[in-house]
Amino acid sequence: MTIPLSWYLIVAAALFCIGLYGVLSRRNAIGILMGIELMLNAVNINLVAFWRYTNPQVIIGQVFAIFVLTVAAAEAAVGLALIIAIYRSRDTVVVEDVDLMKW
Amino acid sequence: MQEFFFNLTWLIPLLPLLAFAVIILFTGKNRKLSHSIAIGAIGLSWIIGWGVAFSAFTTPHLNEHPIHFHTDWFPTGTTWFSIGTWIDPLAAITLFMVPFVCLMIFVYSVGYMGYGTDEVDPNYSRFFAYISLFAAGMLGLVVSENLLTLFISWEIMGLCSYLLIGFWFAKNYPDPKKITPRQAGLKAFLVTKIGDLFFLLGILYLYSQTGSLSYDVIFNEGVLHTLAEHTVTLPLLGTWAVASVIGLLIFGGVIGKSAQFPLHVWLPDAMEGPTPVSALIHAATMVSAGVFLTVRIFPLLHIVVKVEHHNPTMSFIAFIGAFTALFSSTIAVAQDDVKKVLAYSTISQLGYMIAALGIGAYVAGAFHLITHAFFKALLFLGSGSVIIGCHHEQDMMEMGGLSKKMPITFWTFVAGGFALSGFPLITAGFWSKDEILAHAWHEFSLEGLVSWPFFVWLLLTIAAFLTAFYTGRQICLTFLGRPRSHHAERAHETPFSMTVPLMLLAFFALTLGFAGIPEEIIGEGRNWFHGFVGHELAATPLSVPVMLLSALLAVGGLFLGWLVYGRKPLAAGQQDPLIKTLGPVHTVLKNKYYFDELYHATFVRGAIALANIFFYFDNRWVIDPIVNLAGRIGRLLAEISAVFDLRVIDRLVDLAGLAGAALSALSGVFDLRIVDRIVDGVGQVAGAGGRLLRQIQTGRVQNYLLVALITVLMLLAVYVVYW
Repeated sequence: MTIPLSWYLIVAAALFCIGLYGVLSRRNAIGILMGIELMLNAVNINLVAFWRYTNPQVIIGQVFAIFVLTVAAAEAAVGLALIIAIYRSRDTVVVEDVDLMKW
Repeated sequence: MQEFFFNLTWLIPLLPLLAFAVIILFTGKNRKLSHSIAIGAIGLSWIIGWGVAFSAFTTPHLNEHPIHFHTDWFPTGTTWFSIGTWIDPLAAITLFMVPFVCLMIFVYSVGYMGYGTDEVDPNYSRFFAYISLFAAGMLGLVVSENLLTLFISWEIMGLCSYLLIGFWFAKNYPDPKKITPRQAGLKAFLVTKIGDLFFLLGILYLYSQTGSLSYDVIFNEGVLHTLAEHTVTLPLLGTWAVASVIGLLIFGGVIGKSAQFPLHVWLPDAMEGPTPVSALIHAATMVSAGVFLTVRIFPLLHIVVKVEHHNPTMSFIAFIGAFTALFSSTIAVAQDDVKKVLAYSTISQLGYMIAALGIGAYVAGAFHLITHAFFKALLFLGSGSVIIGCHHEQDMMEMGGLSKKMPITFWTFVAGGFALSGFPLITAGFWSKDEILAHAWHEFSLEGLVSWPFFVWLLLTIAAFLTAFYTGRQICLTFLGRPRSHHAERAHETPFSMTVPLMLLAFFALTLGFAGIPEEIIGEGRNWFHGFVGHELAATPLSVPVMLLSALLAVGGLFLGWLVYGRKPLAAGQQDPLIKTLGPVHTVLKNKYYFDELYHATFVRGAIALANIFFYFDNRWVIDPIVNLAGRIGRLLAEISAVFDLRVIDRLVDLAGLAGAALSALSGVFDLRIVDRIVDGVGQVAGAGGRLLRQIQTGRVQNYLLVALITVLMLLAVYVVYW
């Protein structure tokens, strides 16, 4: 049985929406980061799925996904570093309490 | 019926995994439901596992034709990675052991974690979720059909080990030198990761050489021969067969996981976790996974011996195992913590198995793996029962006289202890340990006195004596004599959920050895274990002197232990008589040969020193001085130009200023009257606008994200509508 492309896209879209919901609704900054990871991985699924279904001879899609993974790792490292810095200075990781940018 | 069970093999690891997900996601608040789900899942796995195991026991020629189910998993260029199950004799006997021990320990945990009492653990449900995940990892490792899924299971267990050692992560001790559960978890995780790195390298190397990780490909006769015949030249080590190099790398993982020297330091500290965890993970199953893996890759090691008659990796394995066995049994002699003794004894027994595999005693190693799991789980659960009975007292010096207060625990502990010491004829440990010693003896009688097998035999024999001695010491100190503290005086027997698993495990600890009695005693073809696991290998010939010697050492060691500690029981506050006899040696043993201190002084301090060097490179020595120098040069230039500025430019400016002043006086009037009004007007408009717009600058990142999302959606809508 061949799984049609659309299934992957639906899974990716669902994952993206879950991640987006997490980003918008979590109060904990680490939760937001985890949501972003989910969204990135949804993109990865799309990339790999499109690659597999359109032009599987060229590994561009996989390479692109690896790039995204790398960027995601860097993002997690920087993000966690920021959160730790915020936690040290303000004793909280709840984003609602971190409103220094407020007018 | 056989087909039915074989077809269900994949469910064995899946059920506990499901239980983990359900408990962690949904039923965390309900303790009773959570432990019911965990025990139900492992119970089902146990039924299927024993179904598979007994089906396998009755399947002829299982060694040549393992039951193999697999399906394509993901593509790698031209080939596919497969996922599936693989039931061969080794997996079958391990499936006989793992789910049963897991089930016993799950049931025991209900009592140990205080279900239904006031002392129930606040994270009770989470505990059952973690141990379920662990069971899923271990069972997955046993049934997996390739090294990749094995490695994944392996790492799942590593994670669970970390989570469960640090289960009481908030615990702190008044003594800052004593390791806390949180630190112990981290230590276990980091130390085993060193080994896992080598394991992963081994897997990668194997994959690059064969293009597959499935057992049916890599253990194929032709592939094995190619691996053994190809050689690779290594710096310092010379020319080795590829198979040896792969075996050595994979064995690196075993050193970490099975806590062999020099990565043994994490296992004793892992005893900071709850006792069922010590029994399940750090005695019976996870640490045995390393031995299991060594048995798994045994064809890879053995083929080099067949082709070249010598495999340096196997010598290395034998050395590490034998050395670890003796080394840690000497430490165990001087420990006072009831669990630490068992921890070092575990390391030592794992060393036995590793050494057995190193000298080619494939069947004996596997046999000891199974029997040891039963009696060591029993001993740990017994010690947990003692700890609960004595109100969380772990120091054996504070115990004594528990045999009357906790009779079930006492007798089952004695059964386990005798099995560990290899008490002749009636315990499982005797038969399996004796087979290892007999094999070593046999090999060294073939190879002569100056050889690895002799070295292995000598170290293991000394270790056997020490094992019996410290077991006798432990039993006497804990159970005999008079209570030496008020905790021990008020000790009580533990609930049925804890004593019933003890009794069941004790049954197996005593009887399991009968599956592998040498053929010379019970007749040709009757050694069931050897016939099932390794019938293509020659059986180890029985050696009467070795058997008599090991029986004598076991009984002698136990008797010596009784002589020192049991004949004249210690009084409260009395010093351990060993301290006087051994003198400074005892201090060294008590401090575990100072390995923790050594590693702290070298690796931990080394890492900190390296970090400091980089800090100084950045902040003191190189980068900052360069920046400062640039700053000084800039300031110097600024001072030069300042002088020029004052003398020349300023004058010109002053002149221009005077001219300007005159003009500005003129324009000032215009400015005040007209321009100012306009500017004020603009400012007021901007201010009003700002007051209006700043309402949306809430400072909350998620509001901004929401605005971004809505903008994207709107742009998308525009795109859809207009194009």
